[in-house]
Amino acid sequence: MALIHDLLFQGGQMLLVLLLAPLLTGFVRKVKARLLRRRGPPLLQPFRDLARLLRKDAVLAENASWLFRVVPYLMFAATWVAASLVPTFRSGLLFSWTADLIALIALLGSARFFLALAGMDVGTGFGGIGASREMMIASLAEPAMMMIVFAIALIAGSTQLSTMAAFMNSPEVGLRVSLGLALLALIIVAVAENARIPVDNPATHLELTMVHEAMVLEYSGRHLALIELATFLKLLLYMSLIACLFAPWGIGAATADPAEIAIGVASYVAKLVAGSFLLAVFETAIAKMRVFRVPQFLGAALMLALLATLLRFVSRSF
Amino acid sequence: MVIDALLAVAALLLLAPAGIALAASPIGRPTVYGASLALSLVLVVAGVVSLSGHHESAATLPFGLPWLGAHFRIDALTAFFLIVVNLGSAAASLFAFGYSKHEKFPGRVLPFYPAYLAGMNLVLLSADAFSFLVSWEFMSLSSWALVIAHHHLRENMRAGYVYLLMASFGTLSLLFAFGLLAGASGDYAFDTMRATPPSAELAALVLILALVGAGSKAGLVPLHAWLPLAHPAAPSQVSALMSGVMTKVAVYGFIRIVFDLAGPPAWWWSMPVLFVGAVTAVMGVLYALMQRDLKRVLAYSTIENIGIVFVALGLALAFKANAMNFAAALAMTAALLHVLNHSLFKNLLFCGAGAVLAATGERDMEKLGGLIHRMPRTAFVFLVGCAAVSALPPLNGFVSEWLVFQAILLSPQLASWGLKLMIPAAGALLALSAALAGACFVRVYGIAFLGRPRSNAARDAHESERVSVVAMGLLAAACLVLGILPGFAIDALAPVTYLVAGGRMPVQTAVEWLSTVPIAESRSSYNGMLVFVFIAASGMIAAFVIHRLASDKIRRGAIWDCGFPDASTVTQYSDDSFAQPIRRIFGTVVFRAREIGEMPTPSSTAPARFTAIVRDPIWDTLYAPLTEFVAFTAEKLNVLQFLTIRRYLSLVFAALVLLLLVLASWP
Repeated sequence: MALIHDLLFQGGQMLLVLLLAPLLTGFVRKVKARLLRRRGPPLLQPFRDLARLLRKDAVLAENASWLFRVVPYLMFAATWVAASLVPTFRSGLLFSWTADLIALIALLGSARFFLALAGMDVGTGFGGIGASREMMIASLAEPAMMMIVFAIALIAGSTQLSTMAAFMNSPEVGLRVSLGLALLALIIVAVAENARIPVDNPATHLELTMVHEAMVLEYSGRHLALIELATFLKLLLYMSLIACLFAPWGIGAATADPAEIAIGVASYVAKLVAGSFLLAVFETAIAKMRVFRVPQFLGAALMLALLATLLRFVSRSF
Repeated sequence: MVIDALLAVAALLLLAPAGIALAASPIGRPTVYGASLALSLVLVVAGVVSLSGHHESAATLPFGLPWLGAHFRIDALTAFFLIVVNLGSAAASLFAFGYSKHEKFPGRVLPFYPAYLAGMNLVLLSADAFSFLVSWEFMSLSSWALVIAHHHLRENMRAGYVYLLMASFGTLSLLFAFGLLAGASGDYAFDTMRATPPSAELAALVLILALVGAGSKAGLVPLHAWLPLAHPAAPSQVSALMSGVMTKVAVYGFIRIVFDLAGPPAWWWSMPVLFVGAVTAVMGVLYALMQRDLKRVLAYSTIENIGIVFVALGLALAFKANAMNFAAALAMTAALLHVLNHSLFKNLLFCGAGAVLAATGERDMEKLGGLIHRMPRTAFVFLVGCAAVSALPPLNGFVSEWLVFQAILLSPQLASWGLKLMIPAAGALLALSAALAGACFVRVYGIAFLGRPRSNAARDAHESERVSVVAMGLLAAACLVLGILPGFAIDALAPVTYLVAGGRMPVQTAVEWLSTVPIAESRSSYNGMLVFVFIAASGMIAAFVIHRLASDKIRRGAIWDCGFPDASTVTQYSDDSFAQPIRRIFGTVVFRAREIGEMPTPSSTAPARFTAIVRDPIWDTLYAPLTEFVAFTAEKLNVLQFLTIRRYLSLVFAALVLLLLVLASWP
């Protein structure tokens, strides 16, 4: 019986993230548009875009290889699995021990590795520029993320997300300098990883500074739909991650009590709404950076996270 | 068991003269590589039996120094490295079955190949310093002969020269290390050395000498200079062995001396090891990103991975010195598992590079491209190797790096302040090198195998021989299996970690669902098999649902490229342009990289030029002054060759007096 419950919750989470991800992106777009005094597309527009793309034929370049066709599925699958393992409304998911936070980040790294390869498959200038810059950003964002994980894991004594969330929810956390530094670094990394302003512009097309869009330029139809969906999922994943590590209030323990689950879901949605508001305001208020300013931006994250880790090594009380 | 292993090695040695005799005949190649394959498998079995049966065996043969004899012994450490070395040798021999058809001078490769295999095995089996050093030199010299097999190329001769110098230097350091370990009594058997560990100061000196001696063979920065020259110069199956396997023999030498013979470690021993390892990891991958030669990129990537292994070994030393045996066992397991993993995927990648070289005649990535269409099978297995070396789950490279990170997370419990600051820094450098390795191998695969062919050679490439593809396929399968079921390998390593680290990791095969759990499940766990199954299942479900419910139609069209496709293949991204962002960020600091763009004046028809200049900081600051100094002293000492007989006699007399004075004043 317990196993069926657990399976149900794990499956529920997988469906939930899949449904919420386009909605989240739609909401961020809507808020951004309102901040710019535009009316903006309806909330459900991402769903309509996906449905439209899925129905269309996929147009492949003459020399596209099998890798080009497999990568969207691979990338979507890796991102989906990663997103399903982050505690959202209830911790202690059935398969939460499959991958700890380090493995989760590496899973996203796999998705990026293959997408960058797909960008180079056809042999165009744009694909190459996108892949090259994506890997440049990753080469700084990944170590920064690893240092953030170190800092938090050293406080929580675990890299397991459920344990970390439970620890962060307990009163023994308190205010710590290293946590503050790690949060700041995590936000910078999340902005970069999701190709948001100021690192990349998700709304742009045909601009020399674009990174993510340049990589996926050759994609169309269902392949593009999968990549878009994976991008939505990634945004949701990072927001859930920040929420579960730094605002773990309301995440239910491993119970099946309907009231607790309702609280969990409600608080999760509230956190997402708050997060997308902050993201939209931040993106509206700031200008996009030159590509070669990005290393300094991410370098700051790396240094902050390293500092946080060093503080943990130096003293237990920071 | 040790006798069986020695017999197999003797058979390998006998194969060398057979190689000379049969070099010209058509059966020479199949004989040598077939016998090497069979004997390697025998040695793998010997290793597996010794490791799983927990039994040690020793033998003393009447060779070598008259009062010493030649000691040979298989313990758990030797058994594990026997498996690593001979798995790699077996795969390389199988690959060579097909690949060596392209060898123009089989007479220069066939005799040395089995001798080289024998040399590596003898190093592992030796149980006294004399046999160890003789085998070590034998291994170096036979591989040197293979490096200069194609000696009509000037650069190969230079590579061989640098290799010979560095190998001699490394052996010299090891000689001193063993001398210190043997002490005044001069008993060179490992058993005696183990029984009488040296004093703390001498042990420290032994550590440094071992780090220099074994490190120069393994390719630790700054002693790596020979490695990216020599490894690519050899025929590809030998490159695979040098990079995948011989560097592991060097790691074995280091573990044997420092963890086994030098007595209990002091806390600071780990500091130089961690520092050198972390610097090596980052420098190796940065160098790799600056190279155009496919095999040289792989050689530099070997340096990076050796850095990772040494960081893990440093952690193991730190934990061992602090009597945290479970953590030492975790770090040591990570190091050994990475040794095994790296031997598999680096073998695979070098074989793939060899297949590309045979198909196109090119090692320059700038002249490759589009090989995924022409060599689909090689391209697939090479992709697996690239993903494994970039530490992507669910492949094997990730598991060992993950274990290293888990070991790092245990280190705040260490007492000393130096380590408290050193280990997070090493962790950051390790994370940086892992991320850069991803970029490096996207570049390698994207430029060499994807895109459009950049030369006629790449356009007309053909798939490699079936047996070579099978060899690479087996290696790729091993990478996957070790990635999704690492628990079996970790459990098999328990006797080794007991021997050198005094503890073991928890039993992995008893964990539910075969997860990997370094300490406890609430702390951290990873299950490669489930990750693999989940990704495969969700990818297939997505494909099925979409193909069923939405659309499964494909149309082929011209390249889109935002509406401005260029027919010329030179407008593709090149290896240099791919590396440009990283060259600008890291290269300007590390390599003093500069970019010079020359634009012609408006009316001129001269071409525009772009040059990127990258300096090798270690060559500039260490090797260049050293060679200048040697040349200078040689010049000054040259006068000694043209003295009169009287002066020579007085010189000899002065030397004699000086030596007698030294002897007289000796306490």
